Amino acid sequence: METIQKNQEIQYTAKDFKSDQYVRWCPACGDYAILSSLQKVMAELGVSPTNTAVISGIGCSSRLPYYISGYGFHTIHGRGAAIATGVKVANPGLTVWQITGDGDCLAIGGNHFIHSVRRNIDINVLIFNNQIYGLTKGQYSPTTKKGYVTKSSPYGTIEHPFRPGEITIGARGTFFGRILDVDLKSSQMTMMAAAKHKGTSVVECLVNCIIFNDGAHGWLSEKATREDRVIVLEHGKKMIFGKDRNKGLVLDGFNLKVVTIGENGITENDILTHNAQNPDPTLHLKLIYMEAPDFPVALGIIRDVPAETYNDAVVSQIAKVQEKSTIKTFDDLIDSLEQWEV
Amino acid sequence: MDKNKTTEIESVVIRFSGDSGDGMQLTGTLFSNLSAILGNEISTFPDFPSEIRAPQGTLGGVSGFQVHLGSGKVYTPGDDADVMVAMNPAALKVNAKDIKKHGVLIFDADSFSQKDLEKANFTTENPFEELGLSDTIQLVPVPLTSITQESLKDFDLDSKSVTRSKNMFALGLICWLFNRPIDQAIHFLEKKFRKKPDILHANLKVLTDGFNYGNNIHLALSTYLVDKSEETPKGKYTSINGNKATALGLIAASKKADLELFLGSYPITPASDIMHELALRKDMGVKVVQAEDEIAGITTALGASFAGALAATNTSGPGLALKTEAIGLAVMAELPIVIVDVMRGGPSTGLPTKTEQTDLLQALYGRNGESPVVVMAASTPANCFDYAYMASKIALEHMTPVILLTDGFIGNGSSLWKLPRLAELPGIKPNYPKTGMEGIKVTARDPKTKARYWSIPGTPGFEHRNGGLEKDYNTGAISTDPLNHQRMVDIRQAKIDYISNVIPDVEIEGNPEADLLIIGWGSTHGHLITAVNNINKTGKKVALAHFNYINPLPKNTAEVIKKFKKVVVCELNSGQFVSFLRTKVPGEYLQYNKVQGQPFSASELEEHISSLLK
Repeated sequence: METIQKNQEIQYTAKDFKSDQYVRWCPACGDYAILSSLQKVMAELGVSPTNTAVISGIGCSSRLPYYISGYGFHTIHGRGAAIATGVKVANPGLTVWQITGDGDCLAIGGNHFIHSVRRNIDINVLIFNNQIYGLTKGQYSPTTKKGYVTKSSPYGTIEHPFRPGEITIGARGTFFGRILDVDLKSSQMTMMAAAKHKGTSVVECLVNCIIFNDGAHGWLSEKATREDRVIVLEHGKKMIFGKDRNKGLVLDGFNLKVVTIGENGITENDILTHNAQNPDPTLHLKLIYMEAPDFPVALGIIRDVPAETYNDAVVSQIAKVQEKSTIKTFDDLIDSLEQWEV
Repeated sequence: MDKNKTTEIESVVIRFSGDSGDGMQLTGTLFSNLSAILGNEISTFPDFPSEIRAPQGTLGGVSGFQVHLGSGKVYTPGDDADVMVAMNPAALKVNAKDIKKHGVLIFDADSFSQKDLEKANFTTENPFEELGLSDTIQLVPVPLTSITQESLKDFDLDSKSVTRSKNMFALGLICWLFNRPIDQAIHFLEKKFRKKPDILHANLKVLTDGFNYGNNIHLALSTYLVDKSEETPKGKYTSINGNKATALGLIAASKKADLELFLGSYPITPASDIMHELALRKDMGVKVVQAEDEIAGITTALGASFAGALAATNTSGPGLALKTEAIGLAVMAELPIVIVDVMRGGPSTGLPTKTEQTDLLQALYGRNGESPVVVMAASTPANCFDYAYMASKIALEHMTPVILLTDGFIGNGSSLWKLPRLAELPGIKPNYPKTGMEGIKVTARDPKTKARYWSIPGTPGFEHRNGGLEKDYNTGAISTDPLNHQRMVDIRQAKIDYISNVIPDVEIEGNPEADLLIIGWGSTHGHLITAVNNINKTGKKVALAHFNYINPLPKNTAEVIKKFKKVVVCELNSGQFVSFLRTKVPGEYLQYNKVQGQPFSASELEEHISSLLK
């Protein structure tokens, strides 16, 4: 088999990453937007379809690998993170994307998710969070809002939902971003940063399930008010948002506070500058916690901290041992055993 | 040494027993290895509790190590012991029934106080009488604890380390008893305690004192000489346990196939030593991921297989249960992977450190859907190497998961292993697509073997999507078409069935003219062949067919079975292989089963087989 090589000469287009398969999501499903953004990011990234592997578990979102040309593996429920780990460790030249959902990633696959994040394996994880089980037709998921009525919670759920970002940081994650299906520009910017980050890049994708949980993210999605309700974060940029770009975040004691530039003597200089690269995740958590209606919901790159990846450590440890060892071949290994002649 | 008192014998069985912290495994291993170096055939059986340090002196904490040395062929660790070493009353109580009638019992006289006896639930002051030990057994009390303390009185060691060294006194004594020079033991200890010079010097002192003790006080015992084995073919040998042999077999296969070896694994008794050995072999480029659970053990491996590595995972029964769904995915995605199951007593957590053959049906059938896989079993510690190698070869050439069954008995036990050379091993040709096949679908397969082609990510022209959903036979796209599903089910079965063309026939051992055929599989071969040979020596006739390949069965299986008037299937479960045989080769089968967490004994087999010949 030929060795892997990045071909930087070729300019790819989104079309190069479209497979010949008919996309079978429900009409107007939020997943379409993510797929299209992803194909654009893949083209811009410049890694060939040949060197791209897309791994998924089970669920609506996990059908995505069939729609991307290149190498894909649609596996079993919850195990995508572990399978992607094996792919990356065995074949580190590949760019590996893991596609998962709120049920696949945070319920049945929770264990694999936290451990892949902890190891900092160099994969890009897109969690399609529609706060519902779609493919099994409408049960509540680990991210469904408390009290929400679904088929399996006819009187409202009694469970506290997970925040994917909080778990990522709890598992010592090095990258966390959040995107909204309909907000294409920030989606592509965040996915690109995720792809470039060395380590487990977790991107929570807020997607709408038009059939079982329509409007779950409706507060944010509405175009007319969106800019007042979300803040798009980028490293080194002021935490400013709003249609008139006059709102911002400041620290008030240990907490974040929304202020208006020009009111109460607040100037742009008073607004926090985002440091996504701060190893201390305290402020990142605060940003993840922000919820409507008191705060804008944070989109974009919330955390992006450089750290050694598991797959690089595997390779370098092997290289270090091999450099010192006199055992080079299988026969050398046999010769090194305690042995005697009969 | 009084040479006149030396008796030459063909074979001898020695069992070391004591508390799980007494170092009996180390003592036994050292003695076996030095005997092997002196040219004996050996077979060993470590038998220990799952508690790391059970309460001292209690019955639950007894750890044993048995070794069988021979100047002829040695197939098993032996049934009853010629020489038993018991470090305390609990060890005596647990092992008393296994001392031969004219055997020798060496025990630590310092550990037989009233308190020690009570801990082992003795109710009288004479444990030997209480156990009803035959008076033909020779009792050899040795004050092991106090004499070791005396031996180390000039050493600056804490009392715990001093007491711990008494196993070396016992080893020295046993070396004297069997005319073993202690040089080899010294060599082993020097290697083992290289970084702990204090412990090393103490051990060497006690070892030498133990040897001299036998010599000096003229223990009223004959010493034994077990001569070099003449039956071992000439060559270079080592003593190896099954788990290490399995690891080396996987490495050999990866080198022969020119692939990286990837192991995804989660710690489990008694299989973890395979992971330990492979984690050590970074020099061989082995990538080991210690996963977060059994499921991730196999799924990381399956990811590695998809990405182009020789992928393996190792486990024991409870872990195999957890890997079930992922094995199904490997069947559906038609990816090569080796799953090693070192079987232990079950169900559930069961008897983690004890041996059993009770996972066979789980291996054959434990999945949803029509889900055939290759199942094979190693039969000796050393041939775990061969079957791990063959499991890899079959997986890579036929694009299928292969389950390799070993068990605690051969996984932890050791035997002599003639060292291989990579060049001598059969070639391995993974089922890659050929040049010019660019653009093939994920379901494209070799017309003869029906094996799907293995296109490795990163290879231009072979991009594809694989997965656990049913695929169209021709296009590889998702399909729920009824007739297509039938066709895919059939082709996956045909692919496994084809493998019967590439595996060896099952052999008939013993007397092929017999009316009675014994059938066994896996780790019971040593006990079965010993029993069969012993019976044939008496003039009666019995044959043995022992299986290493179970699914598919060797092609001549029906032909062999039909030659015999009476067939008895012996296995360490309630009848799993026999139920499989009944569906594959219908006929009348007798059964001999044992599910006690212990291997067969050759004598119980002999007795049962003889009763069938009456």
